[in-house]
Amino acid sequence: MRRLFAAAYVSAALLLSPAFAVQPDEVMADPAKEARARELSRELRCMVCQNQSIDDSEAPLARDLRLLVRERIAAGDSDKEVIDFLVARYGEFVLLKPRLERQTLLLWAVPPLVLIAGAMALWMQARRRATSAHAQPPLTAEETARLAQLVTGTAAADNRASKTL
Amino acid sequence: MIAESGHYALVLALGLALIQSVVPPLGAHWREPALMNVARASALAQLVFVAASFAALVTLHVTSDFSVANVFENSHSLKPLIYKITGVWGNHEGSMLLWVSILALFGALVAAFGNNLPLSLRTHVLAVQAFTAAVFYLFILTTSNPFLRIANPPIEGRDLNPVLQDIGLAIHPPMLYLGYVGFSISFSFAVAALIEGRIDAAWARWVRPWTLMAWIFLTLGIAMGSYWAYYELGWGGWWFWDPVENASLMPWLAGTALLHSALVMEKRDALKVWTILLSILTFSLSLLGTFLVRSGVLTSVHAFATDPSRGVFILLILCLFIGGSLTLFAVRASALKQGGLFAPISREGALVLNNLFLTTACATVFIGTLYPLALEVLTGGKISVGPPFFNLTFAPLFVPLMVAVPFGPMLAWKRGDLLGAAQRLLAAGVVALVAIAIVWAWQRRGSALAPLAIGLAIFVIAGALSDLVERTGLLRMPFAIAARRGRGLPRSAWGTAFAHAGIGVALIGIVCETTWNSEYIATMTPEDTARVAGYDLQLLGLTQAQGPNYREQVATFMVRRDGERLAVMTPSKRNFTTRGMSTTEAALLTRGASQLYISLGDTTSDGGITVRIYHKPLVLLIWFGPVLMAFGGLLSLSDRRLRVGAPKPAKALGGLQAAE
Repeated sequence: MRRLFAAAYVSAALLLSPAFAVQPDEVMADPAKEARARELSRELRCMVCQNQSIDDSEAPLARDLRLLVRERIAAGDSDKEVIDFLVARYGEFVLLKPRLERQTLLLWAVPPLVLIAGAMALWMQARRRATSAHAQPPLTAEETARLAQLVTGTAAADNRASKTL
Repeated sequence: MIAESGHYALVLALGLALIQSVVPPLGAHWREPALMNVARASALAQLVFVAASFAALVTLHVTSDFSVANVFENSHSLKPLIYKITGVWGNHEGSMLLWVSILALFGALVAAFGNNLPLSLRTHVLAVQAFTAAVFYLFILTTSNPFLRIANPPIEGRDLNPVLQDIGLAIHPPMLYLGYVGFSISFSFAVAALIEGRIDAAWARWVRPWTLMAWIFLTLGIAMGSYWAYYELGWGGWWFWDPVENASLMPWLAGTALLHSALVMEKRDALKVWTILLSILTFSLSLLGTFLVRSGVLTSVHAFATDPSRGVFILLILCLFIGGSLTLFAVRASALKQGGLFAPISREGALVLNNLFLTTACATVFIGTLYPLALEVLTGGKISVGPPFFNLTFAPLFVPLMVAVPFGPMLAWKRGDLLGAAQRLLAAGVVALVAIAIVWAWQRRGSALAPLAIGLAIFVIAGALSDLVERTGLLRMPFAIAARRGRGLPRSAWGTAFAHAGIGVALIGIVCETTWNSEYIATMTPEDTARVAGYDLQLLGLTQAQGPNYREQVATFMVRRDGERLAVMTPSKRNFTTRGMSTTEAALLTRGASQLYISLGDTTSDGGITVRIYHKPLVLLIWFGPVLMAFGGLLSLSDRRLRVGAPKPAKALGGLQAAE
């Protein structure tokens, strides 16, 4: 009962004023463990917030989760065990970096696939161009005649221009 | 009366936009210059009417006319004047009105300064622009009318969300929209080119300044939004990979790619089809960003489902524009002739590589932002995609890109010499290695990657400088000659160097802030002293103060270093009475490019207060980098070739085109 009251009091206090994320009373005595807790907190989502990690969030739920993470670390859990514990309790939604699974396959595959497909397309195009550039058919007689006419035409124009100068 | 005039002006703008999107293309079809020139006059008139409508809304906000629903919900008579004005775009309806105002502004700019465009191209560009505008006017008038009245006017307004009552957020949305909407010009040019079935290097030369301008605004807008989040949200973060931020980052990445591919097209007449596609994609991503932010789909898929009118409308706009333009692209792109050839190792090749990585980065942000939404809609599964995902996928894409950045400008067009470029970058490489060694030896904590990242950043900066040194011949020739050659160098070369160096500068800031940031969290009572990164911060006392529309609690800190007094810092916590909301006003002390950052939390029963104090080394470089990039863009924009003569097509051709 007392714990319930305490929890209600804490959430009321948090709702009324803008607290910020990690509170002084949450910090663990062991700096190494605290650092681990902070690292883990950045990977976990505050589920009632919009895209905030529990490390950044002011919401009471985030505080509960932060305390839970620290509780598990104090109990000697490894990072993976803490994460597994939270996922078992709250689902995949709690992870800010989704694990590679069937439903997230596409998410993880798209960046490398786009890069590889783009690189392949460029390579193939470069090859096609290289071959087509070499395989340029020679000028037809008609084209040669036209070219000659253009060149002489320009030359004539140049002559005229230099005469007027 | 003012509200009704504003509303009416918007309806008239819609009418003009409809005329402008139908009549001029018909004129082009019938080869009737008189009809084609309608576009010019109507684009200018449209701006007048939209500006009048916008001015009406500003007037309503400034005079606190609470009989208008929009003013009632977002303003308060005691709000400072500046926030009464900026509150206009601090809400959905007003920000959409700003959106169309900027769209009309760009349309009018093309109409006013597009004299050197071929008549038919200008006609089609303005028609496409007007069509976009018409659809958005319709959206505002049917679903988001800012001029709606309330039957029984209340005496007082509900006030603007206090987080938005800040000068940073006053400037951020207009900048961002100038960027977003600026890309509508390249979109209109692309669609016009597809309609005409013709595109050449001159086209790229016309499009580039508009793209560059939009890109400059977007760069500054994103940087400003990031700095605002840093000091206003109170926990010192500056980038959260939030969907709203991603929505602005995607057009930026695509727009940056577009800038570079348009360069290839302008100089070498190559990459035409790709440049057209990028123009379409960039503006599509701007529209997508508008959809994500404005439809409420981000808050929750269910919020979208409960009030879908706006969301569905924007979704339809999205489908219409993206689907329509891509269909047009698919049909007409093959008609565009491929241009100049180039070897893989060349300036063009480097720019293509840039495009590959930027597009992939853009695709990564895209999938990461939309995947959770799509998954929830399709399977009901709920996952989160947050900063750890983006950091992990984004970094591997940006590292090779940044390694390649200094090589690009060193390579020749058509066929480059990679070995020669590497030799010219030798000095930059050595400087980078020395930097890595120094940081390695100096750092006591932090990851092993940090010195490497710093080295990469130094390489990019030094690479940009060596390009300038190389071009001016600074080390080979007497200083006077080099200075003269420097002045003679095209502005765009200087622009490239500044913009590229800017990325390096930003990276240094990012690495330093994330790796060597110190943090102190504790409850302090007056006279307590905190020691953070060599600074002593003594809490002198807590006081209460009354602002125009808030009460605030102010803590006063004396900052000392080695016993010497440096400054007084006064972080505060504001309580806005109308909405019952609070904001933390962090106190910042700038020392060089580093900052001390204090934000306040709760008071405790024994007269203490919880505080968070950070020392953020070189954090200002994060935003100084983008400012440098934007400055580079500005230099490039002032380049001769974009100002004089160059955009004019051959005279004979121009005459023919008008009659086509």
